[in-house]
Amino acid sequence: MTLSIDTPHVGAARERLARCQRFAARAGHFLLRMACNPLTAIGCGIVLLLCLTALFAPWIAPYHPLVQDLDNALSPPGAQHWFGTDEFGRDIFSRLVWGARITLYIVLLVSVTVGPLGLLLGVAAGYFGGKVDAALMRITDIFISFPSLVLALAFVAALGPGLEHVVIAITLTAWPPIARLARAETLSLRQADFISAVRLQGASPLRVLWHHIMPLCLPSVIIRITMNMAGIILTAAGLGFLGLGSQPPAPEWGAMIASGRTYMLECWWVVTVPGMAILINSLAFNFLGDGLRDLLDPRSE
Amino acid sequence: MTCSIPAVSNGAPLLDVHDLRVNFVNGRHSTPAVRGVSFQLGREKLAIVGESGSGKSTVGRALLQLHPAKARIEAARMQFGDVDLLRASPAQMRAIRGRRISMIMQDPKYSLNPVVRVGEQIAEAWRSHHRGQHAAAKKRALEMLEVVRIREPERLYQRYPHEISGGQGQRVMIAMMLITEPELVIADEPTSALDVSVRLQILALLDELVKARGLGLIFISHDISLVRSFCDRVLVMYAGRVVESLAAGDLDRARHPYTQGLLAALPDVDQRRSRLPVLQRQASWLSD
Amino acid sequence: MIAALPQLRRVSKRATQVFITLFGLLLLTFFIGRVMPLDPVLAIVGPDADHATYQQVYHQLGFDKPLWAQFGIYLNGLLHGDLGHALLTGQPVSQDILRVFPATLELATLAIVIGAGLGVPLGVIAAARRNGAIDYAVRVVSLAGYSTPIFWGGMIGLLLFYAHLGWVGGAGRVDFSLDGVVPRRSGLMLVDALLAGNATVFWNALNHLILPASLLGFHSLAYISRMTRSFMLAQLSQEFILTARVKGLTEWQVIWQHAFRNILVQLLTVVALAYGSLLEGAVLIETVFSWPGFGSYLTSSLMLGDMNAVMGCVLVVGLIFVLLNLLSDLLYQVFDPRTKV
Repeated sequence: MTLSIDTPHVGAARERLARCQRFAARAGHFLLRMACNPLTAIGCGIVLLLCLTALFAPWIAPYHPLVQDLDNALSPPGAQHWFGTDEFGRDIFSRLVWGARITLYIVLLVSVTVGPLGLLLGVAAGYFGGKVDAALMRITDIFISFPSLVLALAFVAALGPGLEHVVIAITLTAWPPIARLARAETLSLRQADFISAVRLQGASPLRVLWHHIMPLCLPSVIIRITMNMAGIILTAAGLGFLGLGSQPPAPEWGAMIASGRTYMLECWWVVTVPGMAILINSLAFNFLGDGLRDLLDPRSE
Repeated sequence: MTCSIPAVSNGAPLLDVHDLRVNFVNGRHSTPAVRGVSFQLGREKLAIVGESGSGKSTVGRALLQLHPAKARIEAARMQFGDVDLLRASPAQMRAIRGRRISMIMQDPKYSLNPVVRVGEQIAEAWRSHHRGQHAAAKKRALEMLEVVRIREPERLYQRYPHEISGGQGQRVMIAMMLITEPELVIADEPTSALDVSVRLQILALLDELVKARGLGLIFISHDISLVRSFCDRVLVMYAGRVVESLAAGDLDRARHPYTQGLLAALPDVDQRRSRLPVLQRQASWLSD
Repeated sequence: MIAALPQLRRVSKRATQVFITLFGLLLLTFFIGRVMPLDPVLAIVGPDADHATYQQVYHQLGFDKPLWAQFGIYLNGLLHGDLGHALLTGQPVSQDILRVFPATLELATLAIVIGAGLGVPLGVIAAARRNGAIDYAVRVVSLAGYSTPIFWGGMIGLLLFYAHLGWVGGAGRVDFSLDGVVPRRSGLMLVDALLAGNATVFWNALNHLILPASLLGFHSLAYISRMTRSFMLAQLSQEFILTARVKGLTEWQVIWQHAFRNILVQLLTVVALAYGSLLEGAVLIETVFSWPGFGSYLTSSLMLGDMNAVMGCVLVVGLIFVLLNLLSDLLYQVFDPRTKV
């Protein structure tokens, strides 16, 4: 048996470094496997493009999205305006680019809120069981028994139109499935021997939940959220189409389709182009989610 | 590998297998499961014994071409009577499966269709080779249930698999596989999922049926003590190869260290030992 | 009687669950309705009414009472089928909904026939010939169906198949000239045309119905085919499938008589739920096709800020979903022999 001659402090630092290196190696390996699957790579690429477009919108968009130019209203796609102009003469390409910010904003905000909320509630319900669990089950039953668009619609109708209200509404409809998932995972983990071991060591329920159960539920929750992102884009677009999202003249993609509807038969580009943007981004998130799920959970098909 | 004793038969053997190899191909990776197994079978009870992963079940399934497409089956010879099993077309194989060769599976809990009545599943085995004879199939199924000593055949016919016990389920499986009067039966660990008391009953039943109908039986098992008393010949498999092939009665004089190790690890009422010897594997067995 | 006890217990447990869910639903819609910034009293009396009228209506609607009492009034009204009055028509909301619902029912039914009728066989074949051409096609179609915004799909469909190719009828349930020709009996245009024996209207209605129904059907097809495929894959790896093969059954028999029979109940549940989610699609697509159904009613009430109508519609949708969930649970009880006591 060897004795360590390192001082405890140096040993701990070295241990941390080794752990970081291992993590980096695993992450790199994981990303490589993701890149090998062509669909996932495409999805990842498009999502990255979305993020970059949203970030550098002011530099990418050739025109200002809100400035009207009625002389050039409804001009078809050409050299001057790559995707044509809408009924107010605004460049559609620029509006698309700025609209990416709105889309990304909604997706990120909803995901970042729904994840922790659903995880916490689900894990607590699964671990403590009893009345807490029953209450959560009934509450999620109510939310799950609504189609998400209609419920989000009801919320936004009550709160009034606006981007933040859309985010709140979608969050309220998106958390129950995550909570259910976290609960199911917790229920199966609760019986595990290592949990019993930790509890015998005197760990408080909070510690068990935070340090042991939650990290194990994290992968499936992350996969689920990624897969849901496509749905969030579609729901947000739907709400925008109904006039419940960001109000005009904000360049929200769903709202652009709604306002372009009147001119659809003569000027196909006003409606087609924003829709393609929604389709492509939703597809990309679906690819990404599928690829992630195939990689992390090969059992499910 | 070795095939020390030819089949006890009159004339040509029922089944003649020479240098059977099965590889599972996964992308560029090829995993060998069976590496050159040879044996002959007459109208007798042959046991294939081995641990998990030795390839014994793979051999059984390869004979009936039941493996998925990613399995590569090769052999110098795989002759069943007048049919070359290796080159038979899917239609020919379908005619053989259930009619001339059948297979008894391990656990009736999983190997019976949960939403179809038990009697109906037995009748289906008959009907798949005698088209359109529904009434005759039901009659035959009820007769078979009596043969396998089910007390109230009419009642059991209407039951679903989750409503019957393990022993009954295995009897149903035997009835299902013998209703078409095959020549060869492959039993893939038929008693491993049963309790000990039921196990002996099922073995006795199987013994009686094989003798009465003059069938060839391949009994696949991991339990060497079980096959010792039950079968005529024993093939011991290790890592995809046959390491020993001998008559059941000669097991005490086994030559390969693996077989000797397996036998030595069995507790014996007559021989008192303070510690049971543990099997010591040797790398040389893998390339023998 | 004694033997039926566990069955009774299960049924009553389920019934309690459903009641609690319904109650929660009502609570939710009530609170959403009360949270809104719009003043419902103002909406009824108008901005020019004087204080006295305002107060009168305020008391009439019970807004001076405590919240729980208001909920009681709300529940009482619901039990009598009173969902309030709509601003748009002045009629009771319940009457409005009954009037517009058949149009959506017709749309949804044809859509689910297309979705399930095509989706189930495609899913089965995709699972049977894994990684084959149909499998890839199903996965691609599925993804496309999941990712397309349905209102946009409707517009592109109209643009392509109506404006460009002229294959189908345009907006509305029938051509403008044929509107009102057949008397309204069931509210389902196809049925009414058949009852009146009017072939022209029948074919015209079908012409108008086919595009929106196909679009909704495509959406359901994406979901149903994917679920069917994954159910079938799970079944095909089971032991009893091997037994069926050992018996010498043909591949066709193995797939349909053994594997498929085992997923039938799950599939019915999926189809029932898909039917419900078509309501969601209808909300978006009816505006595009000027289809005078439930979805259009909901969206126009939304535009007007008619909270009574909106909440009434939302409640109806929730109710339908709860009932569909219950139905699929019952289907399991009835059809799966393993759950029979």
